[in-house]
Amino acid sequence: MHINAFDRFHFHDSFIHRLDPRIKVVVTVAFILSNAILPDGSWLAFATAWLGLLVVNDLSNLGLGYSFKRSYIILPFILVAITAIFSPLGNPLAEWDLGFVTLIPTDFGLVRFFSVLTRSWLSVQMAILLVATTQFPDLIHAFEHLRLPRVLTTIIAFLYRYLFVLTNEALRLLRAREARSAGLPGQKRGGKLIWRTKVTGSMAGQLFLRSYERSDRIYNAMLARGYTGHLRTLNPHKMTRADWLVLILSLFVILFIQFVGWVR
Amino acid sequence: MLLAPAPLHIPDGFLNLVVSLIFWAATVIMVGLATSKTNQTLGEKQVPLMGIMAAFIFAAQMLNFPVAGGTSGHFLGGALAAIVLGPWAGILVMTAVVAVQALLFQDGGLLVMGANIFNMGIITAVIGFGLYRTVIGRNKNIRLIVAGMSAWLATMAAALLTSLQLWLSSTSRLALVVPAMLGVHALIGIGEALITVAALAFIQETRPDLLDKEATASSGGRGWIVAGILVSLLAVLISPLASGNPDGLERVADDLGFLETGSSKPFEILPDYTFPVLGDTAISTIIAGVVGTFILVGLLILIGRNLRKNRKQ
Amino acid sequence: MPVKHQPVYEITIPECDGDVLQIQDLHFAYPDGHVALQGVSLNLCEGEKVALVGPNGAGKSTLMLHLNGILREDGDIFIGGMSIDEQNLPIIRAMVGLVFQNPDDQLFSPTVFDDVAFGPLHMGLPEDEVHIRVEEALAAVQMNGFGERLSHHLSMGQKKRIAIATVLAMRPQILVLDEPSAGLDPRTRRALINFLDELPITMLISTHDIRMVKELFPRMIIMDEGIIVADGSTVELLNDAALLQDHGLEIP
Repeated sequence: MHINAFDRFHFHDSFIHRLDPRIKVVVTVAFILSNAILPDGSWLAFATAWLGLLVVNDLSNLGLGYSFKRSYIILPFILVAITAIFSPLGNPLAEWDLGFVTLIPTDFGLVRFFSVLTRSWLSVQMAILLVATTQFPDLIHAFEHLRLPRVLTTIIAFLYRYLFVLTNEALRLLRAREARSAGLPGQKRGGKLIWRTKVTGSMAGQLFLRSYERSDRIYNAMLARGYTGHLRTLNPHKMTRADWLVLILSLFVILFIQFVGWVR
Repeated sequence: MLLAPAPLHIPDGFLNLVVSLIFWAATVIMVGLATSKTNQTLGEKQVPLMGIMAAFIFAAQMLNFPVAGGTSGHFLGGALAAIVLGPWAGILVMTAVVAVQALLFQDGGLLVMGANIFNMGIITAVIGFGLYRTVIGRNKNIRLIVAGMSAWLATMAAALLTSLQLWLSSTSRLALVVPAMLGVHALIGIGEALITVAALAFIQETRPDLLDKEATASSGGRGWIVAGILVSLLAVLISPLASGNPDGLERVADDLGFLETGSSKPFEILPDYTFPVLGDTAISTIIAGVVGTFILVGLLILIGRNLRKNRKQ
Repeated sequence: MPVKHQPVYEITIPECDGDVLQIQDLHFAYPDGHVALQGVSLNLCEGEKVALVGPNGAGKSTLMLHLNGILREDGDIFIGGMSIDEQNLPIIRAMVGLVFQNPDDQLFSPTVFDDVAFGPLHMGLPEDEVHIRVEEALAAVQMNGFGERLSHHLSMGQKKRIAIATVLAMRPQILVLDEPSAGLDPRTRRALINFLDELPITMLISTHDIRMVKELFPRMIIMDEGIIVADGSTVELLNDAALLQDHGLEIP
């Protein structure tokens, strides 16, 4: 089985795809930071930010709705924020008596809730665009050149490379379990919980050992090609004038969004 | 539902700037320490090992197992990583896992990644390894039991910390989020504990040399025991307070100006800082608890040191 | 995939008085006590293509790990006249191109380029030279333009080729391959055989694929239980039914 579905990169060619990955990382982080700084209820600024997102979607040749369609990922977390509606800081709007607890939604709470949601929704879309237009290895290179510790970027590179190999191995284990998980009519299927977790735990242990032994072989393969404990990579990216221009322009846009948010 | 986001991966927007930055700072310090520690103590061989182990944790998180009633337990792996690889390597591995989950799948945000790494990688390593470290060298069953307990507690602490961060960002009401999160994770934690124990038992049976080797390689950590116990105690102390008497904690945060910073004044970090009123019962309980824990642990360390000195003489 | 290939890869082999590789009485036991090699001696001459066959556990892989010093034990190994010691190790690793059986272990970088560049970079070559080496090695395995590809997107046959390219980029004098044709479908296997046939380089290849041995390798070495039990002309050895039977080999 192939789990290439893991790769969120979209093979399109566009202006955004060709940008230096460092620029994209910096702009994405700046955009998310900007959303976090915007005050609650600055709907105009949120709307401006969203317009910016639409422009990026369009420039990436992904279609205007691309990032929107994939932003559902934050939905499960909304549950957590719902409680903000009942913030005690604002004016009560209603009073719901549920018997064991009385819930009082407030105007402040509602604004807070929707602001949190909007911020999250805008931020996740930018992150979606980042990985859709940047190959993951290029992202790793970008982090390397943005001075992240080498050990960490190397671990991430290995993680990315073997994510696919090991996940396939895990899936094979799962399928082997599936294939032997027969059920007889009238019998309760699947055994006791303890037994089931023991099986799962053994699978995890099995996976661990296979991974451990694999890391030995990989280490040998690295040694065979001259590894001495210090990893070297080339920098395949050079900042062009267009890259600088985009960086400056984007930061101006973000400043403008802040301006819209704070000046009323 | 292979990629269902675990409820601990906070997306961007749910934590405010101050909380995000505080936890980024804490995470950067810990990861920086971990980087230099692993550079010092581990050989060049450890780099591919940590990389593959990160991929392993990632893959193992797919091994969900059916719990009663259609829900399934997901695996976090922070405690297991710290127990098997040692705490520093465990922290680096979990950092990579959380980072890739955020970058590749948007499972967790970027600005809040510091908090996510802290919750799922650092706290779990401190508790997981710290508690396990107390029984290294004991018999197998005791070790497995403690490993399971520490995995459960690590999950609970991660959930608690997540709730507190959400509350400090005034995204969630304490009275609602803490019981909800802890309730869910009490169950998830059991799965975590069972898988951790079963995986350890399997490794113990097939390659006991690995566990012994890793344990001794990072056995320097008396500090880990202290930190592990301390953090566990804090978690145990705060949970009932937070869920049983949330108004107290909420008032502390209010007094400290957190709730307002969270909502509208991000540039004023901790404005009109006032000390909490000690007369309030809930607050004094917490403070007494924290101070008591400190004193207790301090005493334990002193006693331990004296005993060691005596043995040497 | 084309069936017939033009050899693109050129290597310069320095003077070596007949012996690219010389092993004298090599012994090795693993830390757990398992004795893997008990007195192995063999010579390899420039341009020779030699097959190493024998059952699993015969010591083939252990022997290969010795060839560029990943394992070191008593017994003398000379590569191009140089003994393997701490000082020579970096040169030896560039001279002996060791390719492991599973390309997923051999290809450990996210992209093909990073992987092929790994060897040259660790040899300390300047950036321009690294790019030349990568181009050259990818051309040699007919995978031009695959540099930007992600390793996990490649097919098995492609991975095997890239794995060979990762060591060709170091311009080795001996290519040592561990079971290159294992797990390949017939067409990919055929392409690989043709490719190996045309690669003008000294080769030592461990394999269970006797049909490939018969076709490609004039010389064959049979190992069993840590020793070399036969070393000679492939045609002659394959006619010795008793010998093959004794060491669990099938007559093709």
